[in-house]
Amino acid sequence: MAALTPISRKPLSLVLPTVAGSGAVLGLFVGTANGSGLLGIIIGGALVAALAYVLTQFLDNEKMGRWITLALVAVLGLFFAGIPGFVLGLLAGWFYGWFIYWMYEGRYRARLQPYLTSGQVLWHYAFRVICGAIFTFLITPILVVLPLSFNAQDFFTFTPEMLRFDPEGYSLKHYRDFFTNNEWQRSFKNSLIIAPIATVISVSLGTLAAIGLSQSHVPGRRAIMAMLISPMIVPLIISATGMFFFYSSIGNFLEGTLGMNKNFVGYIKVVLAHAVLGVPFVIITVTATLVGFDRSLTRAAANMGADPVTTFFRVQMPLILPGVISGGLFAFITSFDEVVVVLFVGSASQKTLPWQMFTGLREQISPTILAVATILVVISIALLTTVELLRRRSERLRGMSPA
Amino acid sequence: MADATATQDGPMLAADGTPLKQSLARSLRREKTRALMLIAPLLIFVLLSFLIPIASMLFRSVENGIVQETLPETVAALASWDETSGELPGEEVYAAFARDMIIAVDAKTHTRLGTRLNYEETGMSSMFRKSGRKIKKLDPVADAPFKDKLIDIHDGWGEARTWAVIKTHSVAITNGYFLNAVDMQRTPEGAASQPESKQILLTLFGRTLQMSLIITLSCIILGYPVAWILANLPMRTSNLLMILVLLPFWTSLLVRTSAWKVMLQQQGVINETLVWLGLVDDAARLVIINNQIGTIIAMTHILLPFMILPMYSVMQTIPPYYLRAAKSLGATNWTAFWRVYFPQSIPGIGAGSILVFILAIGYYITPEIVGGTKGVFISNRIAYHISSSLNWGLAAALGTILLAVVLILYWAYDKIVGIDNVKLG
Repeated sequence: MAALTPISRKPLSLVLPTVAGSGAVLGLFVGTANGSGLLGIIIGGALVAALAYVLTQFLDNEKMGRWITLALVAVLGLFFAGIPGFVLGLLAGWFYGWFIYWMYEGRYRARLQPYLTSGQVLWHYAFRVICGAIFTFLITPILVVLPLSFNAQDFFTFTPEMLRFDPEGYSLKHYRDFFTNNEWQRSFKNSLIIAPIATVISVSLGTLAAIGLSQSHVPGRRAIMAMLISPMIVPLIISATGMFFFYSSIGNFLEGTLGMNKNFVGYIKVVLAHAVLGVPFVIITVTATLVGFDRSLTRAAANMGADPVTTFFRVQMPLILPGVISGGLFAFITSFDEVVVVLFVGSASQKTLPWQMFTGLREQISPTILAVATILVVISIALLTTVELLRRRSERLRGMSPA
Repeated sequence: MADATATQDGPMLAADGTPLKQSLARSLRREKTRALMLIAPLLIFVLLSFLIPIASMLFRSVENGIVQETLPETVAALASWDETSGELPGEEVYAAFARDMIIAVDAKTHTRLGTRLNYEETGMSSMFRKSGRKIKKLDPVADAPFKDKLIDIHDGWGEARTWAVIKTHSVAITNGYFLNAVDMQRTPEGAASQPESKQILLTLFGRTLQMSLIITLSCIILGYPVAWILANLPMRTSNLLMILVLLPFWTSLLVRTSAWKVMLQQQGVINETLVWLGLVDDAARLVIINNQIGTIIAMTHILLPFMILPMYSVMQTIPPYYLRAAKSLGATNWTAFWRVYFPQSIPGIGAGSILVFILAIGYYITPEIVGGTKGVFISNRIAYHISSSLNWGLAAALGTILLAVVLILYWAYDKIVGIDNVKLG
């Protein structure tokens, strides 16, 4: 956005107290860590205010001023808390350098409407700070897991070595454990068997049904829709309870009467249960894609002599493919991430990755869980990117087809 | 052979000569059939592998055939006994019981019955197991009369209470599990409340509702500003910030739960940081895991995206110039927000709240891991009855009550938002 308001330098009576306040916050932390919080507040505030005074009154070079702040605070950090203090100091120094000039030059007004009162400006930025805090809350747990998975110790927390950025404190041993430990590998393999099969079932049946539901005359559409979406609405624990009773009798029938292999029956049960849980996601995404599908295209294809199957695969399918794939990804992640139902329906030989993590967390065995968690985060980032790209592609395709 | 007048007076004809109305009806029917044929495979699949299991769970919460099946003659004989008199039943009941038990011990079903009755009266299980071994040696004809022999075998058979319990729970369809689920029990005199020491389920229901409400409220408080800023920032920035919402949404539930376990522990990241900063004394670390606070923090984080996304999609549709118009008409910031913007964003709050509440009320994994004993939900109790205590009837009854609550909420969601409008990502 272009600058809305002409900016002007602000009087020191506004700048100095503000930057002193921000300095006091850091001072509070440093102070409490070193004995006296009150002293920290006073020194921190005074220091930053003095710095701002010197920079703005005697030094007329902003770039140099910011470098001086950076170096000064970083050295202070190094002096108080070693390497981690130095890193925090660099960050804080960069922030204060930027903040002092941002206040002094009045840049904070640049992007706001000129008629706002000071109170409104203050609220504007306070609101952004609040939102920033909430975003931090959202993302911190995930960010914390990543470095911890490289911990050289068997702890669930940062060791002093890690905080000193000592290479000794880091290792890949939890990843090695994941890739060599039989139990983790078996559960990983189980997840890789169960999730794709369940996905294929729910995507193929779900896509057909979604096409059926999008026809113009479907008797009882609402009731059917409600039934098909119900696996997503019913709490997992209830689905799991119901399936537990039902599948154990089905399993007994398959094993006892038909004489099937116990292991094989176990996989069938889990795959079917997961396929049902994935169905609503496929239905929802594919139905949403079909809303934008131009029906005259199928009529045109039929007009030119294509039979319904050809029309489906050559005309309709390529156009709704993005929706089908993202529905499939949802179904896949549902199965890949599911633990309650498999816990109830499956037996030990169908132990999936989430199940293994769940037992690990309950009994607190090893930080290998964190390594697995990191791998899963990477997978979900990949999936998220794919879905986003597909969504854009779908929008583009829809934009091209005549409305 | 229709001439011009006939065509005008008679029914309008299609190209093949059939009346147009009929032809249209046929094509409509064909279209309907085709749509249903496409839906049928999935509908049958969902019916068989999801809806029937749920229905069978509902049935299991009232089904109680085991007493009648195991002790058919005893149940018939007990019908004429007055359980409120306090006197022991007559010899014919004992004889019938001995005959039933000899058959049951042969089929090894008596221990299952003992387990079933043990849910109602502690001690029944061991009584059936112990007596079973000795009753096996009796002969149904030669050893009559049985009354004193049975009382010799186990004192319990000499107590009117035992027989009253058997009689009370001999009906094939019982409300006993539901009564148990609300801390009551089925007694000869009708429904009565459980002894104080066994009353935990109502508390647990109350706690589940209360904590779900707290979680929903904290999601609203945290989600509203975020949704607002996402809807009002320029597209590029808001798309970037959206990643911060979508990444947790897409990350495995167990990953987030383990992350919270790592963060909240006594030796965890939050406590270590606070101690390092000197805000908390090393000896007085915060207890924020294995209690309600832990569950609330972790679940608020996990469910927050489900609140933000519906709010965001509603707020995107509110034109920003409404607020500016309100302000130019002289409204203060607060009035403009409260009287103009907020009412339009209520559908988003409603949709998000119901979604979060439905999800929260049935949560199992997160409370199980970070909730300890004080922060667990009713679903953890269901899992306990399924896998540890094996009181499946009670588990089914608890599940049915939970399902009823969720369905009511779901109906409300449908009224407010419409199930067709559910959007993902």
